[in-house]
Amino acid sequence: MGTQFGDKASDLMGQVQGSQAWISIFRPGSIFRKGYTDSPRNRSYVIMNSVLYHLHPVKVKRHGVRVSYTLCLGGLSFFLFILLTVTGIFLMFFYRPTAAQAWDDIYILQTEVAFGLLVRNIHRWGAHLMVLTVFLHMARVFYHGAYKPPREFNWVIGVILLTLTLLLSFTGYLLPWDQLALWAVTVGTNMMGFTPVFGDQVRFVLLSGVEIGTDTLLRWYVLHVLMLPFVLIIFLAVHFWRVRKDGGISGPL
Amino acid sequence: MTEVPEHLLRRAKEARERLEGAAATPEGEATPAAAPPAAEAPDAVPAAAPGGDDGEKIPAHLLDRSRSAAEQAAMAPAAPGGPVAPAQPSLPTGPGGHTQRLLTVVKSGSIQDVKAMPQDRVHVWPHLLLGEFVAALFITAFLLIFSVFVNAPLLELANVNETPNPSKAPWYFLGLQELLTMFHPMVAGVTIPGIALFLLILAPYIDRNKANAPENRKFAVSLMTVHLMFWAILVMIGSFFRGPGFNFIFPWQDGLFFDF
Repeated sequence: MGTQFGDKASDLMGQVQGSQAWISIFRPGSIFRKGYTDSPRNRSYVIMNSVLYHLHPVKVKRHGVRVSYTLCLGGLSFFLFILLTVTGIFLMFFYRPTAAQAWDDIYILQTEVAFGLLVRNIHRWGAHLMVLTVFLHMARVFYHGAYKPPREFNWVIGVILLTLTLLLSFTGYLLPWDQLALWAVTVGTNMMGFTPVFGDQVRFVLLSGVEIGTDTLLRWYVLHVLMLPFVLIIFLAVHFWRVRKDGGISGPL
Repeated sequence: MTEVPEHLLRRAKEARERLEGAAATPEGEATPAAAPPAAEAPDAVPAAAPGGDDGEKIPAHLLDRSRSAAEQAAMAPAAPGGPVAPAQPSLPTGPGGHTQRLLTVVKSGSIQDVKAMPQDRVHVWPHLLLGEFVAALFITAFLLIFSVFVNAPLLELANVNETPNPSKAPWYFLGLQELLTMFHPMVAGVTIPGIALFLLILAPYIDRNKANAPENRKFAVSLMTVHLMFWAILVMIGSFFRGPGFNFIFPWQDGLFFDF
């Protein structure tokens, strides 16, 4: 009985994997194709034929694969960014950036939307974690001397990405529109108001007025969900591209 | 440097000894005749070669061959028809019946200089992708479990007229807020972080030391460590050791005044 079922299942799997549609979707060497065999050629194909994996080269220096060398920090930062994008899109369905509605929307999201609280928690903790991983990634790169030529410009892009990560986190901080958000942002923007010469103008542009209100909320919402991620993705693309153009991972030490 | 296997070294030594033994007799006759034209000869072998100093680097049989070729070139009449006289039957071949001759000996490393050493590389699939996949799974599991048990804060609705005490910035800015207690806001909030960020961006242009091993860049490593620790300590003081009025407290006595 069990083997009969097993035979039928493997027959069906063979038919699906041999079908025209399946073959047109999964390119040669794909691990989802019928008859993937482990060969150097197929190992290369797995990378070359995948739109996501081909961010990677086909081969990397052996020491770069060790977890203890990179601690996966750059990759985890990128993964957290993806996770935050996905959970953030979910949150956007239930949120309106006005002073009258924002807090209620979050409250309803937490109490009445299925998985609303969980997704919000993941978004919040993931954001804090991303600040941490980006920061640690920078420290790792510094201690390995990986910012030295020919990678010096990629370091500059990396510092910009760190700044953008902090700004993304900070703009998101205001959106729940609770006491914590309002006063944390008040403290933060007051500090920026002390910029020499045009401090008041900086503060005015940031707050969209002289004090924090519903206009500020809209402005920071657009910054948070659209503009800063847009800029970050551009710098991210250049960052990844330069990693490979500058000769892959640095080292060995 | 590459190591020459022992059996090859041995074989080369044997061959050299055999050749030296064979070349001993003809060398004595050939040298006087060959010496004068050697200077004009087109080959690049130094005239002083038979002395034996270079014998180790340029094999004796090659030297011998080039010498006999030079001899032939000198003996051949300078034909006006052209530099090469293919139809000349009187041109004999070399000692071993060779028709080629040695122009020069290029020692390894004198022209080709290999800068990029071949590196040990591994396939990204599966070696790197598996690790990344496990890391992604791990962080997802961690976040999921953490989020099930710990809720993100949602305090009461924002109220402009009610200032909480203390009011704190997000944790990554608490180092700056801590500096505010010591300096003028323009210094603490703008100048110091601005200079820190600027220096951070310029790090690769300031640090001209090419080494990347920690033991060869102790100054840079210690400077960065002090810098990172400076901010970490300030953030921790700002987060946990500041209570109402942003006064210094001990969290184990007065409780936590910190929201994530």
